[in-house]
Amino acid sequence: MNDQQRKWRAKDGLYLAMIIVPIVIAILIQILTAPASEGISITGARIFFEIPMPLMPLLITEAQVNSWLIMITIVGVCLFLTNGIHENRGDWRQMASEWIVEKVDGLVTENMDPVFHDSYAPFVAAVLALSAFSSLMSLFGVYPPTSDLNVVGGWAILVFILITKNKLKAGLWYYTKGYLEPIPVMLPMNIISEIATPVSMAFRHFGNVLSGSVISALVAWALAGASSALLGWLPGFLGEIPILRVGLPAILSAYFDVFSGCIQAFIFSMLTMLYISGAYPGDELEARKAKLAQKAAMAK
Amino acid sequence: MLELAIGIILGCCALGAGCAMIAGIGPGIGEGNAVAKACEAIGRQPECKGSVTSTMIMGCAIAETTGIYALVVAILLIFVAPNTLVGVLKAALGL
Repeated sequence: MNDQQRKWRAKDGLYLAMIIVPIVIAILIQILTAPASEGISITGARIFFEIPMPLMPLLITEAQVNSWLIMITIVGVCLFLTNGIHENRGDWRQMASEWIVEKVDGLVTENMDPVFHDSYAPFVAAVLALSAFSSLMSLFGVYPPTSDLNVVGGWAILVFILITKNKLKAGLWYYTKGYLEPIPVMLPMNIISEIATPVSMAFRHFGNVLSGSVISALVAWALAGASSALLGWLPGFLGEIPILRVGLPAILSAYFDVFSGCIQAFIFSMLTMLYISGAYPGDELEARKAKLAQKAAMAK
Repeated sequence: MLELAIGIILGCCALGAGCAMIAGIGPGIGEGNAVAKACEAIGRQPECKGSVTSTMIMGCAIAETTGIYALVVAILLIFVAPNTLVGVLKAALGL
């Protein structure tokens, strides 16, 4: 057992580096490229460079680079936790990975149709991890990718494609007929409500994370003003230190970054599961199967 | 004249942001109702505390959506719209 553990040590170091190095790179990029500014500035993701493309230039923004780094970190976490898994060995890493897999499997079995139980747990876990890690990146002072509408919009479009794919399971005719129910006049309303699903998913996640960062920035700015008004009479550089900014914004950060970010990640994956499961025409397929069985029985 | 026009734009953006946040009333009432009912349910059946709490947080976060939309509109009106609108005005005047 000890021999086995020793064999994996070099690999473990590599995986640990894979977890930590992307976060450090993101912080370094933030330190090196963020313009020093006084007061508050609420801007979108900064554009690093543009790649010329036929229709319009492809912009490589902060949000994209950060989400790539987060993906590397998540892959590192997965490899680190699952490296050297053995059915008889139970160290903490194996326990942690088993706990994660069990929890996600439980969520999927609880909330989805039985057809999806085998195939959708990895997707839901990926959405959950990506969303939670992205929101938690703001703890390091890095631009969280989820406060860019393009990133969450991309995830919502992915979910929308999956919803449509599952709606098409009962055939194109049944899918088209769904738009004309209960009466054909409702067609525009049905199309709007179909499009509203990804839009509301994206805006909910984006708005929550964005509102957290805006309120944190406003509070930090106001505290700097308050401390210069209260302690500005102190001689020399002592009066210029914004002492009230130390610690107080952290209380807000605990709510907006940690609690709100994790809740939004949970809600996004929960809605993903519910919408995909709700799109599956299970009753119709069951009814067709029953009809076929009846026909076969009649033929006998 | 240009100063007056820019002043009207800035003032109306601020007014619009304030009006947009009236939408905060709805989610406030709704979430208050949800939490009140959850407290009642926990008081009646303390053994269901875990599932009631998680369902309540889920429902609260969904009820929050309209308030978040209003907040996004208000933030856009304060931080994005003035620059854009002033730019449009200057382009229309040929400055």
